[in-house]
Amino acid sequence: MSRFELMEGSKAIAEAVALCRPHVISAYPITPQTHIVEYLAKKVADGETQADFSTVESEMAAASYVLGASAAGARTYTASSSQGILLMSEVLYNLAGMRLPAVITCANRAVSAPLNIWNDHQDSMAVRDAGLIQLYARDAQEAADLHIQAFRISEDSRVELPVMVCVDGYLITHAFEPVELPEQAEVDAFLPPRQTDRKLDPRHPLTFGAFADQAYYMETRFQLHQAVLRSRSVIEEVGADFTKAFGREYGKHVEAYRADDAAALFVGMGSMMGTVEDAVDELRAQGKKVGSLRLRTYRPFPADQICALIKENQKVGVLDKSISMGAGGILASEVRSALHAGSMRTPVTGFIVGLGGRDVTAETISRLLQRLEGPPADAVFVDLKPDLLGDLAETWKSTWETVATTQRS
Amino acid sequence: MAETLLTPGHTACQGCGEILAARMAIQAAGPNVIVVQATGCLEITTSKYPQSAWRVPWIHSLFENTASVASGIQAALRMMGTADGAKVIAQGGDGAFADIGFGALSGTWERGDNVLSICYDNEAYMNTGIQRSGLTPTLAYTSTTPTGSKQLGNLRPKKDLISIALAHGVPYVASATPAYPRDIERKVKRAMSIDGPSYIHLHSPCPLGWGFDGAKTIEVAKLAVQTGLFPVVEFVDGELVSWTRVVRPDPAEHYLQAQRRFRHILEPRNEEAIAQIQAVADANIRRYHLTESPPK
Repeated sequence: MSRFELMEGSKAIAEAVALCRPHVISAYPITPQTHIVEYLAKKVADGETQADFSTVESEMAAASYVLGASAAGARTYTASSSQGILLMSEVLYNLAGMRLPAVITCANRAVSAPLNIWNDHQDSMAVRDAGLIQLYARDAQEAADLHIQAFRISEDSRVELPVMVCVDGYLITHAFEPVELPEQAEVDAFLPPRQTDRKLDPRHPLTFGAFADQAYYMETRFQLHQAVLRSRSVIEEVGADFTKAFGREYGKHVEAYRADDAAALFVGMGSMMGTVEDAVDELRAQGKKVGSLRLRTYRPFPADQICALIKENQKVGVLDKSISMGAGGILASEVRSALHAGSMRTPVTGFIVGLGGRDVTAETISRLLQRLEGPPADAVFVDLKPDLLGDLAETWKSTWETVATTQRS
Repeated sequence: MAETLLTPGHTACQGCGEILAARMAIQAAGPNVIVVQATGCLEITTSKYPQSAWRVPWIHSLFENTASVASGIQAALRMMGTADGAKVIAQGGDGAFADIGFGALSGTWERGDNVLSICYDNEAYMNTGIQRSGLTPTLAYTSTTPTGSKQLGNLRPKKDLISIALAHGVPYVASATPAYPRDIERKVKRAMSIDGPSYIHLHSPCPLGWGFDGAKTIEVAKLAVQTGLFPVVEFVDGELVSWTRVVRPDPAEHYLQAQRRFRHILEPRNEEAIAQIQAVADANIRRYHLTESPPK
């Protein structure tokens, strides 16, 4: 029998992690990740969880502690946010390069400067190229479920890669939602203990982290790329097994919502897609043919599924909670690239939304639908305040433009 | 003869003090260890894919996180119950421990993690071409503390890692040099028996970086001790329990003469600079009672 109760998102994540029986947990405090590791620390202090919980002196140390433990064959977990993820970044590349499993929660938060503790996706997007698997949760239930799947994906012998589960800071970590948690025995049946012969063991000495020159380096990078691509079918397989064991639907990298006959489609990741789905319902009630696609898997990038779910005559608006400065919305650029590779000419507008915790509401989405009537554009910042922009006010208005602004005034 | 654990075929320079010290240390530690290696000469010269000079489990992660990785390994062994008495050794150079990985080392000590940390101190960033570190001695030339009309090499004193380790309450803290192999062996074995953090600071003369003939490594290492410039000491639970006695210390100048990195204060002769380095030696001699017999 599973438990079903109202709880904070952070608690749901901590309970899910504890059910996975990690040997080693290491973390350094940063808002909004803190509640997750506090719950875990308490469970260890109460003897409910048999793990080494180590409070280290930085996120660099936390990720490194986990790296060492993983190389010794342990099941490992850490969590961070924002600056902490950036400080970890060198280790994240290293974990992936050495093909060491670990589960890392990114409680998504904006990156400084200016300092801002609220949600966007700039932190996890900054490490997307490391060789991590990245999964983005929609709500607390999915956050908990994805953590349980993440350990199995990460440790699968066909994968052996770190998995980052991205959960929106505050919006998921600090919100109370009804969550169903499985029983320990059910998780034990789903997630066997980690098995590996490739570990630090004096009985079978191995060298990890060798130095590879021009004659060898590039092949290792190809192999890493292939491993991340290969994880795709493992994510599907683990998701399907999870559905069988626990009833909730997983296994698809992209979730489509009323997308089939839609004239306009919003694409995005994370908790805002719940809002988008609500907005889609409202707009449909007004007779507007709108739908949405939510990427749950971001790395490996599910390009072909995106192409399969988008039609050439649709107008696509991609919602990015991060930006590659001087280029544009990162997800928008990748969606455009996927469509282009699929020889599709669907127009894509890239919207930059919700940076530093700015609200994305159903009303926002209905205005974005108006903007989609206008010419496609990239890096269209949504809901800026022109009076704060000085001489850039006109520059912004020219991208946001026509239909939407007329509607607003 | 025990199996060689750091094998020939590595690419270290002839006369490298670090590789000598490392081989002595790993032979003393024995095969039941896991070695965590910081980026640096010892890493680059022993692990060039597809070969490895190590016959013990060995991992290199990054430059600055060596102690943290070691901490994670010992935690994993403890939690999985697979330790079988295996000891985790974190090792790296002066840059790795005194500079970029200083915070990680401090964290491992402060948490009391069961890790033996060994710093191979060759007193500069040798792997990148002899740049100054926090352990570069007073007035030494490095490529980033060059000599010029306004500067006589490195202006700052050497950071005192032994005292910093002691301030953390590390129960076993010692220094040693490849000039005295038996001393390294004894100290490594003692450190291996500590259930908690331990720290060994190994002076590692660098022919290339210091400017001496690779045949003279041991001679230079001995001079560092005999002048009092590198005190060989041992602390147990914060108490100074032994030191290598220097009955009649050599003048510091003898040590300076043996190395090109100090040539700028000898040619032309700079009495003030020589006196400044002699004062460092004198302070060590007084502080650690180096001219006296250690207690038995």
